[in-house]
Amino acid sequence: MSSVNRLASGGRIDRSQPLSFTFNGRPYTGYRGDTLASALLASGVRLFGRSIKYHRPRGLVGAGAEEPNAIVQLGEGAYTVPNQRATQIELYQGLVARTVNGWPSLHLDLYALNSLVGRLLPAGFYYKTFMWPRPMWQRYEHYIRKAAGLGHTPELPDPERYDKINQHCDVLVVGAGPAGLMAALAAGRSGARVILADEQAEFGGSLLTVNAHVGGRPAADWVAGTLHELADLPEVTLLPRATVTGYYDHNFLVINERRSHHQGPGQVDPRISRERLWRVRAAQVVLATGAIERPLVFAGNDRPGVMLAAAVSTYIRRYAVVPGRRGAVFTNNDSAYQAALDMHEAGMEVTGVIDLRQQPEGELVEAVRSLGITVYTGHAVTGTHGSHHGLWRVDLARLNATANDILAQKGALPCQVLAVSGGWNPVVHLHAQSGARPQFDEGRSCFVPASSVQAERSAGACAGVVDLGECLAAGARAGQAAAADSGWNSPGPDLPRARSPAMSQMLPCWSVPDGRAEGHGGKKFIDLQNDTTVADILLAAREGYRSIEHVKRYTGLGFGTDQGKLGNVNGMAVLAQALGQSLADTGTTTFRPNYTPVTFGAIAGRNLGVQRFDPVRKTALHGWHVDHEAVFEDVGQWKRPRYYPCSGESMQQAVNRECLATRNSVGVLDASTLGKIDIRGPDAAEFLNRIYTNSWSKLALGRCRYGFMLGEDGMVMDDGVTARLANDHYLMTTTTGGAATVLAWMERWLQTEWPMLQVYLTSVTDHWSVMSVAGPNSRQVLEQVCAGIDLSADALPFMSFGLGQAAGIPARVSRISFSGELGFEIGVNANAGRTLWEAVMAAGRAFGITPYGTEAMHVLRAEKGYVIVGQDTDGSVTPVDLGMDWIVAKDKDFIGKRSLFRPDTLRQNRKQLVGLFSEDPARVLPEGAQLVNAPASERPVPMVGHVSSSYYSASLGRSIALALVKGGHSRMGGTVYAQLMDDTVLPATITGAAFYDPDNERQRA
Amino acid sequence: MARLLMSMVLPASLTEPTSRDPPKMLTIDCPWCGSRDQSEFSCGGEAHIVRPAEPETLSDAEWSDYLFNRKNIKGPHAEQWCHSGGCRRWFNVIRDTVSYRVISVYRVGERPPEGGP
Repeated sequence: MSSVNRLASGGRIDRSQPLSFTFNGRPYTGYRGDTLASALLASGVRLFGRSIKYHRPRGLVGAGAEEPNAIVQLGEGAYTVPNQRATQIELYQGLVARTVNGWPSLHLDLYALNSLVGRLLPAGFYYKTFMWPRPMWQRYEHYIRKAAGLGHTPELPDPERYDKINQHCDVLVVGAGPAGLMAALAAGRSGARVILADEQAEFGGSLLTVNAHVGGRPAADWVAGTLHELADLPEVTLLPRATVTGYYDHNFLVINERRSHHQGPGQVDPRISRERLWRVRAAQVVLATGAIERPLVFAGNDRPGVMLAAAVSTYIRRYAVVPGRRGAVFTNNDSAYQAALDMHEAGMEVTGVIDLRQQPEGELVEAVRSLGITVYTGHAVTGTHGSHHGLWRVDLARLNATANDILAQKGALPCQVLAVSGGWNPVVHLHAQSGARPQFDEGRSCFVPASSVQAERSAGACAGVVDLGECLAAGARAGQAAAADSGWNSPGPDLPRARSPAMSQMLPCWSVPDGRAEGHGGKKFIDLQNDTTVADILLAAREGYRSIEHVKRYTGLGFGTDQGKLGNVNGMAVLAQALGQSLADTGTTTFRPNYTPVTFGAIAGRNLGVQRFDPVRKTALHGWHVDHEAVFEDVGQWKRPRYYPCSGESMQQAVNRECLATRNSVGVLDASTLGKIDIRGPDAAEFLNRIYTNSWSKLALGRCRYGFMLGEDGMVMDDGVTARLANDHYLMTTTTGGAATVLAWMERWLQTEWPMLQVYLTSVTDHWSVMSVAGPNSRQVLEQVCAGIDLSADALPFMSFGLGQAAGIPARVSRISFSGELGFEIGVNANAGRTLWEAVMAAGRAFGITPYGTEAMHVLRAEKGYVIVGQDTDGSVTPVDLGMDWIVAKDKDFIGKRSLFRPDTLRQNRKQLVGLFSEDPARVLPEGAQLVNAPASERPVPMVGHVSSSYYSASLGRSIALALVKGGHSRMGGTVYAQLMDDTVLPATITGAAFYDPDNERQRA
Repeated sequence: MARLLMSMVLPASLTEPTSRDPPKMLTIDCPWCGSRDQSEFSCGGEAHIVRPAEPETLSDAEWSDYLFNRKNIKGPHAEQWCHSGGCRRWFNVIRDTVSYRVISVYRVGERPPEGGP
C-alpha cells in the first residue's frame, strides 16, 4: 500500500531504505527510522485495535510509551512477543504484526455489540454479574477473557539468548532529552563514570521534534554534537533502546536494553543477545524522564482521529507523516498550538483551534492567529462524529467563564484529526518507585517530584519544567551536583542558548462539560485501554469507594499494559472532584516497576533449564556411574546414582537385586556426597558437646559416634557420624543436602555466642572420595585391597576407624553401617577415588560385588528403621518422637535441650515414629499418605499421622513403611488406615521401626 | 564506622575515588571487607539476643521469650548480618526497617554506636 500520508521531504527517516512489512496480513512499506505506528499512519491506517470492554474502534493516540490503543502481537512462531506498543516498535524488513483483539476480524468485530448495550455494563459489572452462581465463574471467565483479548504468549521455546550485566556507576542519567543530555555532559566532563540510558533508538527526546534552536544550531544538530562529545568521554556509557524499568532500594536500578529487536528475527548476529538486563548500582541518579501529554476527557474522545497534540507534531516533524488532510486542535494550554503550526506547515488544512480558555495570549497563540486560523476561545468539543477511518467533524459549544458548563451549542467543525492537549504529566514513575511520594502542584496542575528519599534528583520536564532553556539549565545543574555528590568536581558546563515561546497560563479541566448529566451524554473515556469512563469513576464514588487504590481496582483504571500513563491523573482528579477533596488529598496509585513491560526472557537471562539454574555437583566417581548406565537422581545439587539397571530390569527389580546382593554377599555405594566438616581446636570436644545432643567428652581417639543436631526449638535438624582423628581434631559428616546449612549454623554459634571457644571449621566435602562397602563378604573383599590395617572385628570394631592403604592409596577405613550389614567406609583423596573404586570392584568380582544406588540404600536403612532427616522428619520432630531418647544426654546442656521439656514437646499424643505393615504384604503404601483411625466417607476425616518412608523389602518379602503417628509408641499392634484421595483404604498394623536384625548383630560382626 | 575503619586500613589513594576505582556506594559496609553489595550478605534477624547461660533454670515462659519473641521494630533495628558470600563473618547492622537505610555497622561484641536503638 502506498504511503499516502507521507511528506515528500523532512523527518528523520531514511527514504533510501524502504522496508516492507505486514500488518494483519496486508503488505505495507515504510522506511528505516519509522516506527510501526508511523509507517502504518503514513499508509493511511487509522484503525489499530478494539477496546477491551465495548470493542469500540480505536486509533493511534500517542507516539511513545503512553500509547494505549495500538497494541500488537509482534513476530511469529517462537519469536512472537505479545502486547507491544506499535509506537515503540522500530520498523525492520519483513516485520509481521497483528492487532491483539477484534473477533473474527478487526473491521468486523461481533463483540462490538457490547457497545450498544454499554449502559448495562457499568464499573464492577463483571464482579456483580458473573460471580453468581459462584461455581459458574470458571465457565464465564474463559469467554470473558477471550472477549477482553490481549496478545498470546509464544508456544515454542525462545530461540534467542538473553543476558544480564552488573554495573556500577557514579551517575545514572535516565532519559536523553534536553535535561538528560546536559546532565550527562556536566557529570561526564568531571570524569565521573556515567551511564546515559534512553528508551528510544535515537537520543534527543523532544529535541528531535521541537521547532527550536539550541546553541545557535537546529536542536537536532546540537544533539548530534553533544553525542559526539559524550561518546569521546571514556567513562561515559551511552545506552540507547534501554528503558530504566525499575528503581529499587539503595539506588539499585534495572535497565532493559533491547539489542536486536530492531533487526528482526533471523537477521541478527547470533553472538548478540536479544535483550540485556542491566543491574546498576548508582551512587547518584538524575531522572530526566520528561513528560507525557495529558489528554482532555470529553464525550466521544476515543474515536480514531483523536490524538495527542504532541504526537501529531512528532509524526509530522520526526516521521514526515501527516495524520490526515484536515486537522483541528482542542486544548486548555499553549503548547498544543504548536500542533496547529506543524499541521499547517505540513500542508494540512487547519480548521480551527478550540481553546477552553477565554483569553489565551501566548506567542504560539498569536502565531496561529497570524496564519488566519480561527481560534475558538472559551469553547469546548462536546461530541465527535466519524468512522473506523477517522473523524468527520466535532461538535462545538460555548462555555461559561469557569469552563464547568456550556452556554450554547455552536454547531460543528469539520476535521479528520483532532489534536488534543490537557496539559502535561511529568513522568514521576521512577521517582515514586524510589520511595518518594510525588506531590500535586496546584500552580502547574500536575504531580511533581517531592523531596528525595534516595540519592536521586529530577531535572527538566519530569520536574514540571516547560521552558526548553530552563530544562537545559536544570539538567546541567543536576548533572554537576550529582557528580559532586559522588566525589567528582565538574567545571560546570557552558549552557547553550535556547529560547522557547512565552506561554500563557493553562486552565485545568479534568472532564469537559457537554451539557448533559454525567453518564447520560457520550462516553468520556479516561482510560482508553481499559474502557474506564468518567461515569464509572463517579459510580464508584457513589457506591462508597473513597481510596484511589480501591477505585482503581473496581473500575480497572490504570490496569492495562500501559499502566495508566495517559489516564490515571485525569481519573484521580475526577474522583477528587466527586469526593469534594483536593487532588493532593486523593493522592496517586502506587507506581510499581516495570515502567514498560519486560519480557520473561530478559528476566530469566541465561538461568534456564536445570543445567543453568543451579550448579550441578558430581562426585569423582560420576564417570564410572555413567559408564555403567546408572539412573541418577538429584540430591541437593548432587547427582547421585539411584540404581544401576541391568538390561530389561525395572527399577523395582534392580533395587531388589541390589538389596539382596548387599544382604547376602557384598554391595558398594558411592557415599562421597555426604557433607564433611573438619573441626579443629582445643575446644573442639566442648563445641561438639554443645552442638550435638549426645556426649563427646569420652569419645576415644580412633572411634566414631553418631550424633543428632537440634535447632534451639528442639527439632531434629541434621545427623551424621563424627570421628575423633586427634585430641583436638574431628571429622564431622552431615547429610548430603544439609552440609552448607550445618557449616553456617556452627559458624554462627562460634562467632556470635561462643567467641571464647577456640574451634576452626573447614568444609572438606569435595576433598574426599568415599565408598561404602557393605555385606557379609565385605571384609573378605577389602582384605584383598587394603594394606597396613587390620580389618578384623577385634582390631577394628564397629564405630572405629583405622589408617592404612587401599589400592596403594593412603586411606581412612571406618566401620560404619547405614545398611545394617557388616560395613566399611573407605575415604581417599578425591583424585584417587576412581582408582580405588575400580580396585574394589575387581577384588569383589568373585563375590558378585554389586554397586547399589540411593534407592537400595533407602530400602536397606528403612529395614533397619534408620531415619533420614528431612524425609522421616520435617522440622517438627524431636529425637524423643523418633524413639531415640538414648541419644539425648541428661548431664549436659546442648542446643535445643531446654525445648525438649516444653509442654508441647512433652505431650503424649505427639506424632511418633513407628513401623507399619500393610495388611496386604504386596501393597506398598504411598509415601505421604494420611493415616486415620477409622475410614470415613464424611470429610474432614480426623488424621492421626502420615507415611514418611515406604518400600517393598526384598529381604523380608513384603512391603514395609515408616510413619509418624500420634501417640504411636503406645499403639504397638494397633491398626491405622491409609485413606487415599480416591477413597481407597489400606489397613496397616503398627509395629516397631526396626524390621530387620533388631538386635544389630550383623553390623557388629 | 566502616568508612573510618577503611581509612585506617587502606592508603588514601584507595579510598579516594579515581576514574579506575570502583565507586564506593554499595549498600552494606562489612566491618572486615568494606562496602559490598547486599546480595553478598544474609540477614540473621534481631541482634543482641543472648543465649541463657543455664536454660534448665528458666521457666517455660522465660525460655519461650528467648526462643520466639522478637521486637519487630519499626525504625532503627539492630540486626545480625553475615557476609555469607564473602568473609563469612557475622556482624551487627543498625538498619531502619522503614527506609531500609543502613545506619551503622559494628562487630560482634561491640556496643551499638551512638544513635542506635
